[in-house]
Amino acid sequence: MPPPNSSSSSRRTCDENDTSVGVSAGIAIGAIRVLDTADHAVERRVVDDPQAEVERFRAARDAAVAQLKQLRDKTAAEFGEGKAELFDTHQLMLRDPDYVESIEDLIAQSKVNAEYAVNSTAEQFAAMFAAMDNSYMQARAADVKDVSHRVINVLEGKRGGVADEDGGESRIILAEDLAPSETVQLDRAKVLGFVTAKGSANSHTAILARTMGLPAIIGIGDAFDPADDGHAAVIDGTSGLVFVDPDEKTLAEYQGRKAKYEEHLRLLQELKGKPTETKSGQKVRLYANIGRPSDVAAVLANDAEGIGLFRSEFLYLESEDYPTEEFQFQAYKEVAQKMGDRLVVIRTLDIGADKQVGYFNLEHEANPALGYRAIRICLTRPEIFKVQLRALLRASVYGNIAIMLPMITSVQEVRDAKQILEEVKNELRGEHIDFNEHIQVGIMIETPASVIMADELAAEVDFFSIGTNDLTQYTLACDRQNPNLGRFADTHSPAVLRMIKMATEAAHRHGIWCGICGELGADLSLTDTFLEIGLDELSVSPTSVLPLRNAIRNH
Amino acid sequence: MSQEFTFTVSDPEGMHARPAGLLVAKAQQYDSTIIVSHDGKSVDAKRIFGVMGLGVKQGDEVTVKVQGNDEVNAAAEFEQFLKENL
Repeated sequence: MPPPNSSSSSRRTCDENDTSVGVSAGIAIGAIRVLDTADHAVERRVVDDPQAEVERFRAARDAAVAQLKQLRDKTAAEFGEGKAELFDTHQLMLRDPDYVESIEDLIAQSKVNAEYAVNSTAEQFAAMFAAMDNSYMQARAADVKDVSHRVINVLEGKRGGVADEDGGESRIILAEDLAPSETVQLDRAKVLGFVTAKGSANSHTAILARTMGLPAIIGIGDAFDPADDGHAAVIDGTSGLVFVDPDEKTLAEYQGRKAKYEEHLRLLQELKGKPTETKSGQKVRLYANIGRPSDVAAVLANDAEGIGLFRSEFLYLESEDYPTEEFQFQAYKEVAQKMGDRLVVIRTLDIGADKQVGYFNLEHEANPALGYRAIRICLTRPEIFKVQLRALLRASVYGNIAIMLPMITSVQEVRDAKQILEEVKNELRGEHIDFNEHIQVGIMIETPASVIMADELAAEVDFFSIGTNDLTQYTLACDRQNPNLGRFADTHSPAVLRMIKMATEAAHRHGIWCGICGELGADLSLTDTFLEIGLDELSVSPTSVLPLRNAIRNH
Repeated sequence: MSQEFTFTVSDPEGMHARPAGLLVAKAQQYDSTIIVSHDGKSVDAKRIFGVMGLGVKQGDEVTVKVQGNDEVNAAAEFEQFLKENL
């Protein structure tokens, strides 16, 4: 859905070009409370008695450690043991000999006050993290500053953390930045969501917001304005949009979205872990489609039973050159590991037609949808195909991977592809590299030829998965890119539905399973039809999983 | 004498704040000196900033060297601990 247009009278504090990112989903509507958490300058003073100043530092450090112990227990009680362990790490930081020595040496040698020594050391250690080539570790710079500010606050006689000054209503918290300790010290019953000017998706604030189930947006940058305190706002933690003083239209729209989101969450709670089974006991495996390893989080959050289509194109589309075996292996392994025993169907290279990649140097074609694409590239350029197959096989020992071949039109193509797969398996055996000897190999059913030859094809493979978008395009001779063909490109056409039925029946005659991994699988108006046809599996976008489970359970 | 073993980190986020904290807290239970090495850098396993500063990521191999009175027991327990937590 597009965001409300800019002619609305709401003040939108960020737009698509901005750096703001939603890091915890959900919508909050309410008044803003601005927290003053900005870095305050620390004064540098010369002290007469450095030894006394070192003692003053040690006492403050011990007091800060004691505060962290309390915070740890509060966090354990409210958020669980896992979240509390961070504050054990914070205590270790304050006791780290390198950190302590750096501070005490500064005091002793430069005769500076403890506040200044702590602040200088914090900046030096934070800089070390900020320089690391790992976004997670970069975010740890905030942890160092957080623990150091706690010590400085004790030294300056301030109470640690954020004061909870308004007693009354729940607010959307707006701050320059929020340290993890500040986040957990807020009374969670009075927080509707978080917006910060700085921060990162890996920050603890983001992680805690997700745990708390509150929307959070980070990185609004210069749009942060302390004068917004008390103003009404709408924040959308999915899109990262913030509206201050929303007009009626925006407010109404987001109230609607909020209700829909909450309904989705309710469904999630109700249907999570429940079997996907009709009232009469017909079971369907409900899987999800993904495009990159990071999508696995949504797959698990929506309780999909497996991955029915992992499009491997991103590996090719996002590279400057052919992706290496190792690069592909890491991506497949990551997904396989995260999914555990659950099946992960990975579709081999499906480049061509509407997905063009420069370094493949594909010739311009008059009819790319009928051209040199997918399995056709793999079979004519086996050296590219083999790299992917090696990566897939190597990753297969880390989970439950299946290989799926796209754009099949003949038995010979399947045999040729399997021949190449055998060669790769032999290479790996020769190198004593482990792989799953029984890895399932299936094909996409997306051409009329594959439906017509479904019996012969079923004898060759372990499963079918129907790609309804291409199957519709090829069956009805309607270019899926052409917007003028709407009424002719009818996905509910009896011709398409009969194709699906024919493929499923052929699969069952040969004892293999048949699923749908195209958009049509999520079309609730066809769920009854698919159940009658007897499809074994439906793979849909992660957010469609639970509505579909709901529909199947009500059948 | 000293005890030495290698270990591959399987935690998806590598040796980040929380597991690094667990590792340091565990290391501090032993008398022995425990040195963790990765990519040419060696650090004291009892020092949190040192351990986090290694920047160890998922799939990285680290070498652990244990030396001291309780080294045999410490190395065995520490290796088991790493396998379970990282």
